[in-house]
Amino acid sequence: MKDILLTIKDLEVLIKDKKILNKINLDIESSQIHAIMGPNGSGKSTLSLTLMGHPNYKVTSGSMFFDGQDIINLPVDKRAKKGLFLAFQYPYEIEGLTLKSFLRQSFNSLYNGTEKELNFDQFEDFLKEKSDSLNIGSEFLQRSVNFGFSGGEKKKAEILQLAVLQPKLAILDEIDSGLDVDALRVVCDSIKKVRQDNPEMSLLIITHYPRILRFLEPDFVHILKSGSIIESGNKDLATRVENEGYK
Amino acid sequence: MLEKNCSACHNPCSIPDISKAKKGINEQLIREISAQKNEPAWMLDYRLKAFNFFKNKKMQTWGPDLSELKFDDICFYLKPDSLKFDGNSKNDSWEDVSKDIKQTFDDLGVFKNEKEYLAGLGAQYESEIVYHNLKKEWADQGVIFLGTDQALKEHPELFKKYFGKVVSFDDNKFSALNSAAWSGGTFIYVPKNVKIDIPLQAYYRINEQNLGQFERTLIVADEGAHVSYVEGCTAPAYSTNSLHSAVVEIIAKKDAKVKYYTVQNWSKNIYNLVTKRALAHENSTVEWVDANIGSGITMKYPSVILAGFGARTSVLSLAVSGFKGQVQDSGAKAIHLASDTTSKIISKSISSNGGIASFRGKVKVVKGAKNCKAFMECDSLITDNLSRADAYPFLDISESDTDVGHEARVSKIADEQIFYLMSRGISFKDAQSLIINGFIDSFVKNLPAEYAIEINRLVEMELSGEKDVK
Repeated sequence: MKDILLTIKDLEVLIKDKKILNKINLDIESSQIHAIMGPNGSGKSTLSLTLMGHPNYKVTSGSMFFDGQDIINLPVDKRAKKGLFLAFQYPYEIEGLTLKSFLRQSFNSLYNGTEKELNFDQFEDFLKEKSDSLNIGSEFLQRSVNFGFSGGEKKKAEILQLAVLQPKLAILDEIDSGLDVDALRVVCDSIKKVRQDNPEMSLLIITHYPRILRFLEPDFVHILKSGSIIESGNKDLATRVENEGYK
Repeated sequence: MLEKNCSACHNPCSIPDISKAKKGINEQLIREISAQKNEPAWMLDYRLKAFNFFKNKKMQTWGPDLSELKFDDICFYLKPDSLKFDGNSKNDSWEDVSKDIKQTFDDLGVFKNEKEYLAGLGAQYESEIVYHNLKKEWADQGVIFLGTDQALKEHPELFKKYFGKVVSFDDNKFSALNSAAWSGGTFIYVPKNVKIDIPLQAYYRINEQNLGQFERTLIVADEGAHVSYVEGCTAPAYSTNSLHSAVVEIIAKKDAKVKYYTVQNWSKNIYNLVTKRALAHENSTVEWVDANIGSGITMKYPSVILAGFGARTSVLSLAVSGFKGQVQDSGAKAIHLASDTTSKIISKSISSNGGIASFRGKVKVVKGAKNCKAFMECDSLITDNLSRADAYPFLDISESDTDVGHEARVSKIADEQIFYLMSRGISFKDAQSLIINGFIDSFVKNLPAEYAIEINRLVEMELSGEKDVK
């Protein structure tokens, strides 16, 4: 049996006293791909932001264990250090901070003092290798983080972060939103490449549309509705949603 | 050097023994200062006229509250005891500077800079210049770089021709105070077509509490000349207030280019009330790059009078207000008196921990000044709910063909930006400084590399409350 990476038990989450998630249960093992599907307002983004530790979301009962540790009271940066990553649906702009120095700072925060630590020149080479493999040129790295990026460029930058930071579990929050089918294919190919380099990496794909799951085939699919997982199954469940909707 | 109990820390320490002048200002003191400096009669007259104006002029009623500033508690002139000021001293060797004063400047990295990338260096300690040196290469081409007192002695004609012509003593209460009590400062004259390609620097240090420093700086770039000048200022932190009130005048003649950088890092108890103005002749360029990081209250609005056809200016400023009670009231003025003149005013401010940053910008285009371009932008970042940023832009345009642009933006560090950075493993504190460094990046890029690093470090210290106390 593989190691369980994430265990969520009976999770209940409030925003400003309003209950958004109710009795969520989820187990993710390393190298698995899970998809959480649901209509608008079902609590999908709440789940991903709660996992990452956004301060507006309050866990009122239940538990979240990541890599053997209770993470409910763990600050956001410490969760990242344990190997959790969130690819944002709407990544934020930081004017004047280049993507490259952001990546360097992040990488150092995660790996300084570990066996993966890289010195200045080594990181330079490492970043070049990663960006080359995703067809990202050096001028893109010199731009301010997400500042003036198109929708597609923002996704590209998120995937580059994924490739460089190499988390154990990556939550992809509606990474497909706003992309046409060709752009989506490119993004998914990039994610696949990252996984080839990091076969142990697990994915939690949060999506409204089944379309993305044709490119990134999930091991498990869960349907989230009104804050609860109402059904779980294999990828056939996604096909059913595609044909019949969320009902 | 005496070992004595320091009035600031009450421990034996090595602050140089200095002969204090009495507190407060009066006509007698001004006569004494002038006599001690062996000044010509016209300068004493000028000082006395200025003092008269200062006495009768009311405090301004706009801007930050200056009611706590008590002139009677300020010592208006202080000469380091070890300095043998006899009016002929050149002070061009560190050998003659007392060990402790030397140490103070060495701690600030001033020596290293002089060797590595400066064309010349001046250092002022309290009221007097203690060191001034210009590399031979430039001296041979006729460049004058002296303490202002010394320049008055050695180049009386040149001095009189330009002194007080851009900022008159009756411009405002504090220009009058400076004109009455001035001591020290920098005088630069760059002859026709001499282009100094590395900066000249002066460093100002106030070491005593309740001291006023009133340096007077005058820069003249003759036709086709180029010069960059960097000014840095610090003081140790004391509990009582000191006053820094400088006047800076720049004259850029036809085709000349002057760049003036200031990195103001006074300690929290300093009132920094400064008048800086440039006169730009035909086709000349004047650039002010002005960073205000320290001080308690700063009022400073570097100005440029575009008097000649085709003159250009840019004023880039950064204000950091990082604690409750700190007010950075800064900005810029561009007065277009001639056609085809261009001005660009770009201001950035950061308010944090209860600090206030106010921007005052003024662009004036007079009737008859055709085809001018003016752009003014102020961009404020507020890091918390305790702090404030204000903008007072003022446009007074009398010619309809002026190309005017104006933008103002106030932003807060969004919790979402912090969350985003932290989700990549970056700590809260680092996330905040990355956002702030990003915000000032476009300002910092305009500085020589050596200062760029320094600015990032100073801003970080100011906002974290870890202000250097030396």
